[in-house]
Amino acid sequence: MYIATGLAVLISVILDRKKTLVALNIAWKKFIAILPAFLTMLILVSIVLFIVPDTMISQYLGNESRFTGIICASSFGSITLMPGFVAYPLCGILLKKGVSYMVLAAFTTTLMMVGILTYPVEKEYFGVKVTIIRNVVSFFIALLIALAIGFFFGEL
Amino acid sequence: MMKMQKKTIKFLAMLAYGAFLLASFLLGFSPGKQIGYNFFSFSIEMLRILPCAFILIGLFEVWVKKEKVEKHLGRESGFIAYLWVILLAGTTVGGLYVAFPVAYSLYHKGAKLSVIFTYVGAAAICRIPMTIFEASFMGLRFSFIRLLVSIPLVLVSSIWLGNYLEKRNYKIMSGK
Repeated sequence: MYIATGLAVLISVILDRKKTLVALNIAWKKFIAILPAFLTMLILVSIVLFIVPDTMISQYLGNESRFTGIICASSFGSITLMPGFVAYPLCGILLKKGVSYMVLAAFTTTLMMVGILTYPVEKEYFGVKVTIIRNVVSFFIALLIALAIGFFFGEL
Repeated sequence: MMKMQKKTIKFLAMLAYGAFLLASFLLGFSPGKQIGYNFFSFSIEMLRILPCAFILIGLFEVWVKKEKVEKHLGRESGFIAYLWVILLAGTTVGGLYVAFPVAYSLYHKGAKLSVIFTYVGAAAICRIPMTIFEASFMGLRFSFIRLLVSIPLVLVSSIWLGNYLEKRNYKIMSGK
């Protein structure tokens, strides 16, 4: 990604130096404008990850019945934030422990689509109303995806 | 006035948070240290991605003409517009927090609401590097079914939400 960005900037400089400077200025201004929202998000993330650590998530996803499993999984997925390189290995381990695909799908999909912690950033761009609608809709989509996975893997 | 107050409170809360972290590290308070560790690891993760994302957004704003975006992703665009943004989403790195500013710029260049919601949804579920990673842990079948089911759902819901807001003349404010 650094290479791609570097190349893009280089090409832009060759084509038009002034325009490139304007672009970098826009980039900087936009970044600064949203920085407080990002900071808020990071603070929330750091606290929530402390309250809800990975070990707790594994415990809840593994021990419950399917139905409670899905509810727990989608709640955890919605309230936490995890990069893919942490989430998928965790799911891989849970899968080996016998957690169903359906429950893991509920977890990963809400993790990706529903962002309670990204709310401070999202509302700055789209407004409160749209942010809430989008997240609620995404939550139900994630549940549907989990059910579909459960159906295709014969877990229902 | 209200807004000023809210800002001051927020600033004070951030200051208190910073002071709490500092005190935790000085006094060896382990929950505080854990929170601090979480904060720094996520900050670094984001700082690795965000500068590139914003530079690319800046270049996009300068070089891409509004008419072009309007024509391909705007109100007159057809179904292919959704295909374009899903492909764009596939190459997006990071997560939703990168997709939001990109969607915002697309919107202000003339992309319609349903298209940018599709972009955000697709950026959440079908980023290519993430999907490859997913498949390696969950199996190809899992990723395949997930994509096949989720893309239509994202499309339908985005078109519904876009049209619903468009009918109510909803505008996303500018200036971010």
